[in-house]
Amino acid sequence: MKYVDEFRDPASARRYAEAIAGITTRPWTIMEICGGQTHSIVRHGIDRMLPKGVNLLHGPGCPVCVTPAGIIDAAIALAGRPGVILCSFGDMLRVPGQGGSLLAARARGADVRMVYSPLDALAIARGQPDREIIFLAIGFETTAPTTAMAVLQAECDGIPNFSLLVSHVLVPPAIEALLADHANGIQGFLAAGHVCTVMGYWQYEPIARRYHIPIVVTGFEPLDLLQGLYLCIRQLEAGRAEVENQYSRSVRRDGNCTAQKILGQVFAIQPQHWRGIGEIADSGLGLAPEYARFDALRRFAEIAVPPERSSECISGEILRGLRKPGDCPAFGTHCTPEHPLGATMVSSEGACAAYYRYRRPRAASMAIAMAAGDNSP
Amino acid sequence: MCLAVPGQLLSIEGDDPLARLGRVGFAGIVKRANLAYVPEAKCGDYVLVHAGFAITVIDEAEARKTLAYLAEFEPEDLA
Amino acid sequence: MSENSLFALNCPLPVTAGDTIELAHGGGGLLTRRLIDEIFRPAFAESPDDLTHDGAVFEIAGARLAFTTDSYVVRPLFFPGGDIGSLAVNGTVNDLAMCGAEPLYLSVGLVLEEGFSIDDLRRVVEAMRGAARSAGVRLVTGDTKVVERGRGDGLYVNTSGVGLLATPWPISPRQVQPGDAIVLSGDIGRHGIAVMAAREALGFETVVTSDCAPLVSPVRALIDSGFELHCLRDLTRGGLATALIEIAETRGATIRIDESAVPVSDPVRGACEILGVDPLYVANEGRFIALVPADAAEQCLAILQRFNEGAAIIGRADVLASPGIVCLDTIGGTRALDLLIGEQLPRIC
Repeated sequence: MKYVDEFRDPASARRYAEAIAGITTRPWTIMEICGGQTHSIVRHGIDRMLPKGVNLLHGPGCPVCVTPAGIIDAAIALAGRPGVILCSFGDMLRVPGQGGSLLAARARGADVRMVYSPLDALAIARGQPDREIIFLAIGFETTAPTTAMAVLQAECDGIPNFSLLVSHVLVPPAIEALLADHANGIQGFLAAGHVCTVMGYWQYEPIARRYHIPIVVTGFEPLDLLQGLYLCIRQLEAGRAEVENQYSRSVRRDGNCTAQKILGQVFAIQPQHWRGIGEIADSGLGLAPEYARFDALRRFAEIAVPPERSSECISGEILRGLRKPGDCPAFGTHCTPEHPLGATMVSSEGACAAYYRYRRPRAASMAIAMAAGDNSP
Repeated sequence: MCLAVPGQLLSIEGDDPLARLGRVGFAGIVKRANLAYVPEAKCGDYVLVHAGFAITVIDEAEARKTLAYLAEFEPEDLA
Repeated sequence: MSENSLFALNCPLPVTAGDTIELAHGGGGLLTRRLIDEIFRPAFAESPDDLTHDGAVFEIAGARLAFTTDSYVVRPLFFPGGDIGSLAVNGTVNDLAMCGAEPLYLSVGLVLEEGFSIDDLRRVVEAMRGAARSAGVRLVTGDTKVVERGRGDGLYVNTSGVGLLATPWPISPRQVQPGDAIVLSGDIGRHGIAVMAAREALGFETVVTSDCAPLVSPVRALIDSGFELHCLRDLTRGGLATALIEIAETRGATIRIDESAVPVSDPVRGACEILGVDPLYVANEGRFIALVPADAAEQCLAILQRFNEGAAIIGRADVLASPGIVCLDTIGGTRALDLLIGEQLPRIC
């Protein structure tokens, strides 16, 4: 596949690993924001290619993990209303709210359907005028424009039976909140390449300056991640703190202006609760007043978003980079993907699930295997 | 967080800017994507598709530069 | 969770009570294994080998037989490349072939939902007839039940099959030896993508076709070639990865696989990238792996390539070590493969 295979070339990956080892003289702690980057890092073993001192933290860039549990509860309640079809991306179906998941609700008889795009949900609304279609709109700035277009098309075409439960989140306020918490020791960031494809990276420049921290906009393939790490470490070693763009084939400094314009038209910035972390000011998107009639919570005013039961959930500490999945006493024992205790284990993008699925082979077996033969089949 | 996949724009349908659709080819799979956010895209371009929408046109020259970056490393840069 | 009070404080989410069946129990992954280990094996197994492989092998009056059963609940019932009928015949035929048996006779049990179209039933039955003929088996007995509307999902099919063992030596994971080569009969992922694309109306213009097919002929060719065939396993739900993990864990062996050697066709590759699913775990219905001594690998490959040019040597069984694991060689090194919990769902994240 063009623009995929070239960026997965193993020989180039090894050269990057050598180059990184060649310039690293001190330990560094770098956070990558995006769940898709976490997935790729762990799946391709990128973290195993780095010198020992480079510590990769996996940040709260998984909208599935940070979507408030109460939103899932509200989605389930809405799905239970007569005549409602609740449409959602596949990612959200297994995540437990405070009372089970959407899949469990489907097992109990709710009409919950998986869609690949918000436009697919709108198409269901067009095709079934006697039903009420509600789309669970989650995701970062990459996905918000797709939701916005569904709203605009619904308005333009006068679709009366379509509404949305919106829970979009913004990355820069989350980065600032993370940096304000000094305990995590984050020294560099890999910014999310697809979020920046939409938003550009100019918003990160004041952050890099204010906190004196290098931020490298990075893609998702192994060579992107390795090059992003190389650029970040090179800055750290030189004491620089700038925004650099590794993912230049997709990201421009100003981003996608058409998409930003539509976002500004359809959404308004509002405070947002991040699961396991708490409320971050100006970090969410809600429907602008002109589009309020598409808000499912207004249409179904009897349904409210329940508050998150407060507790010291370790998912939050992991998302904030304070702890790693392996630090959690439950990881791999009481808390596994089939028996998840928190969102970071349920979501396939969550740090805990990624670590669990793609973790190192059990040490003993691996040692025996290595001792017995060479590295090729 | 955002799974977006590069594909080649094979053909374009429609004039309505909100609903302009393109047929995009991904290694043998062809699927339609909404082109509202890439008004400048033309047939033959590679676009990045997320949740049914093209979110940018991939810059081929920049892609080549990115791949060529490694070639600039001197042997002594490598451990 | 009273057993660990650290959790009660830290984790606010309710742990699933685990007292009802979930969809994931049918996924062929970890929860399915749990059901077998915790409920079925204690009730039915009389030896450690019972209920571990695709089919049961036993002797009656000097004849060595293989016997297997499978139920089919696929949705949609009709999909590109097959339907529930051809799936039901080929699935059971293949389970027998994987034991090294020549499949002979099948039974079929149908559970029909009130309101199911009789035309559709004819289509399914016709497909079963065609599949049986291609596989060289006969459907000799059957049963039909009808359930009330709303209780049946249209149609469920069960097939059971019996065959005669074609080799004097056993073919099972327990025969796997260190150094055995692992040969894959063709490219992976077609069935799962075909069904998912049809079921979720994913809007792929290109039609990905299921690989649903009988494996009798390639298996017979391998047996007839005369070299020592240690283990056969067809890839079904849970994909190549699940089949490898099950063999590794049953045998107590480390299996090494080179990810770049695993053949994936372009459309399946494209579909997996778009949906964010891993082809190693996508279901197949016409592919299998053979574990053979290293010096027979090339010969085995040549035979399988006659039936499907995509056949490839993908790895080897390494040391015997418990617990068994599958190590995948990728760009950045080696990682262990784990069973999935349930079916992979498309993601946007």
